[in-house]
Amino acid sequence: MAEVIHPRKALSINPLKMSQPLGGAMAFMGLAGCMPLLHGSQGCTAFGLVLLVRHFREAIPFQTTAMNEITTILGGIENLEQACLNIYNRTKCKVIGVCTTGLTETRGEDLKGDVKLIRQRHPELADVEIVYVTTPDFAAALEQGWGKAVTAMVEQIVQPSLAKTDGQVNILAGSHLTPGDIEEIRDMVEAFGLTPIILPDLSGSLDGHVPDAYMGTTYGGTTVEDIRSMGRSEITIAIGQQMRYAAAQLQEKAGVPFQVLDRLTGLGAVDEFVRILQRVSGKAAPQKIRRQRSQLQDAMLDGHFYFGNTPVALAAEPDLLFAMTSWLAEMGANVVTAVSSMESPILETIPAAQVIIGDMDDLERGAAQAQAKLLITHSHGRMAAEHLGVPLFRVGFPMFDRLGAAHRRTVGYRGTRDLIFDVGNLLIEHAHEAQPDDWQLPEGDDHDATAAAH
Amino acid sequence: MLKRKVEDVFNEPGCSTNQGKSEKARKAGCSKPLTPGAAAGGCAFDGAKIALQPIADCIHIVHGPIACEGNGWDNRHAKSTHSQVFRTGVTTDMSDLDVVYGGEKKLYKAIKEAIVRFDPPAVFVYQTCVPAMIGDDIVKVCEVATEKLGKPVIPVNAPGFVGSKNLGNKLGGEALLEYVIGSEEPEISTPYDINILGDYNIAGELWQVEPLLKKLGIRVLGRITGDARYHDVTVAHRAKVSMMVCSQALINVARKLQERYGVAYFEGSFYGITDTSNALRTMSKMLVEQGAPADLIDRAEALIASEEARCHARLAVYKQRLEGKKILLYTGGHKSWSVISALQDIGVKVIGSSVRKSTTEDKERAKELMGDDGMLYDAIPPKEMYRMLKDREADMMLSGGRTQFIALKAKMPWLDMNQERHHAYAGYEGMVALVSEIDKALFNPIWNQVREAAPWDAICAPAKVEN
Repeated sequence: MAEVIHPRKALSINPLKMSQPLGGAMAFMGLAGCMPLLHGSQGCTAFGLVLLVRHFREAIPFQTTAMNEITTILGGIENLEQACLNIYNRTKCKVIGVCTTGLTETRGEDLKGDVKLIRQRHPELADVEIVYVTTPDFAAALEQGWGKAVTAMVEQIVQPSLAKTDGQVNILAGSHLTPGDIEEIRDMVEAFGLTPIILPDLSGSLDGHVPDAYMGTTYGGTTVEDIRSMGRSEITIAIGQQMRYAAAQLQEKAGVPFQVLDRLTGLGAVDEFVRILQRVSGKAAPQKIRRQRSQLQDAMLDGHFYFGNTPVALAAEPDLLFAMTSWLAEMGANVVTAVSSMESPILETIPAAQVIIGDMDDLERGAAQAQAKLLITHSHGRMAAEHLGVPLFRVGFPMFDRLGAAHRRTVGYRGTRDLIFDVGNLLIEHAHEAQPDDWQLPEGDDHDATAAAH
Repeated sequence: MLKRKVEDVFNEPGCSTNQGKSEKARKAGCSKPLTPGAAAGGCAFDGAKIALQPIADCIHIVHGPIACEGNGWDNRHAKSTHSQVFRTGVTTDMSDLDVVYGGEKKLYKAIKEAIVRFDPPAVFVYQTCVPAMIGDDIVKVCEVATEKLGKPVIPVNAPGFVGSKNLGNKLGGEALLEYVIGSEEPEISTPYDINILGDYNIAGELWQVEPLLKKLGIRVLGRITGDARYHDVTVAHRAKVSMMVCSQALINVARKLQERYGVAYFEGSFYGITDTSNALRTMSKMLVEQGAPADLIDRAEALIASEEARCHARLAVYKQRLEGKKILLYTGGHKSWSVISALQDIGVKVIGSSVRKSTTEDKERAKELMGDDGMLYDAIPPKEMYRMLKDREADMMLSGGRTQFIALKAKMPWLDMNQERHHAYAGYEGMVALVSEIDKALFNPIWNQVREAAPWDAICAPAKVEN
């Protein structure tokens, strides 16, 4: 449907995009007892760390190989080796998740070979999984880094198995899902008597809880044992196109069939999910789920007045952009501007005339031109919203100027219901109030089209 | 060339630590080697940008892949009176093709687009690791752009891998010395003109101090770079005195301003009552030495007396409530000792302080101030910090954003003392604000509730043991 546009410009103004290694590291934060490690200069980690802390309001385990001038030229294997040893000795972690950066990719480090060598040299690291993934900063964006990291987890940890465990379901969760979203998904799967293994699982680590003791690594998330046993599941449900490749690898490695759901926001999309859960479990949807669906129907009935024909401008990573625009279109709103951080096959199916691969400046200009009444993007859209004088609804990462980013829920019947209320309330708050001069008759000779349109 | 600059910055004669070193140690530089897997803190690029981005009417282009700007833009609270342009996140967003073919042409085009779009008085261009590795010559590109586009385009050559944030601060300062300072003249000069170096007007801290200066007729001519416009940096060479605020971060700029233009400098702080008063005193005395009318000193003393009295009166309310409270301080640089003295003014005990990034001199001062009450730490492992708080060795922690959750997860009060903070703590006003924030945090009613275990657990528990 949509035409994908690549503006030819040298300058990115107010970036929408964040880098691949940050996405990779975030995915590793959904594993239990994990230390994500960026193979680059210490700044690569520091910037990401600050952003993650501001978003989640949590302690973030995140390390660096601290490449310097000399190792940048001579090669970074010693730094990687020292980093792995230091991290393991200090934290006794279960997983080290290594992501490369622009720096190490420009030099061309042999990550696979390096990790192999480090393993040979250090049998004491036998108990720790060292998962590695190549994520140059100069290609794609956060979403893809996340996807690659999850693929690496599947390729490097999952064990093939001929035996299957009845009722065990793999959920591959995309980068656009919050801990709150993941809790909702788990709830729905369990409502059918199924046992989900969710990878990665930020709801265990970054949902904002208070542990009883200090931990230097992630304090929750998917365990290594669970990942190993994903080969025994009946099915893999991948949420978001970004998870397709990881799901396909899981099928190839362990023969687990998979299904990709483009989104879990919107009545029809959730219905599809429930249909799958019914099929796998052989059970009809429980009363609780039926009630939730009915509540969503009612929310749509109550809310549609405020959405109909409202021009909305959005900017987000591909899967989130697809979920939000599709849901808005289903509510009757007009997606007048859609900006994505990077390419993805999903972009063509977005319900808008065009999708721009661009930045917040493209969003701002598009929104101004189309007189959008609402902006939907992450917190960095606040300047654009201020300039335009229109409300901003924050979605995705980062959300550093609001509380509770981790618990925002936009999936499932309940998540969609809440989303209708939240966005609808914003539209109600900023609705145009009639003014005495709103309906002037055309003046004198001034019978042009603009005047008539009033 | 960058190597020479880094050596030059390391070989800082104005720095007392450096003076105490052997020739060999001096050559090795002052940044501690980083430990892979156990390092924290920003890179040189981060430091350079922190130092220069507050120049508010300029465009700051980050030449590099998306990580360097995309992951970190608009993340500080430097405030400006004049413009919000500096908050714009601007980058060349290098792609794999740029890495293969080189990014110089793209950078030139980007500079041109920025000038057409924003019409800034000047453009700053920041080098990062990837273009530095592939050999993009940003100095040359900036030179050509300056000539062809008719605006100053300033290269800031501090790619992340050369070192720490602190080194980056200094390299940022070098860029100002080389390209900016001295390039314009002030409309008028007065004997009361000063520079403030190394304050970035975080959360508006300069605004807490400037009314004091104004009252004395002192004009902040050169701003490096808090609440600055480009012009405010270009004329810094005409000031009579520089005050260097952030300990040693921009000492190279202070010293070279003195060597090249005869601007005398002193190191001071606006954190705490004593330090604020001392800064005003020293500043007035030095201005008079440079030719300002002698009555400035008396006027300063009168202002100090009245402001100190006003401040103490406002703090008296808190003194009763806070007397004897124990605080763990985990900051870096100059803040250690100046905050310790500030807290002692109101009877708060500092039981421990970090001196990670402090100079030997800073450490001495901190030690002297704390006496037997507290310990000085180079770095406290997070686990130990957690324990100290959990065991109530401290009632509260003051630190940077990254360590806040150590305190919060131990269910103990915490206050942001770092660059990302939202509250301004400078001058007499700032001291009142700091104490009121400490009071607010310590006496918030949530603490009792969040520390209690769920009461219903007890109901199910087997027979309760009475003490």
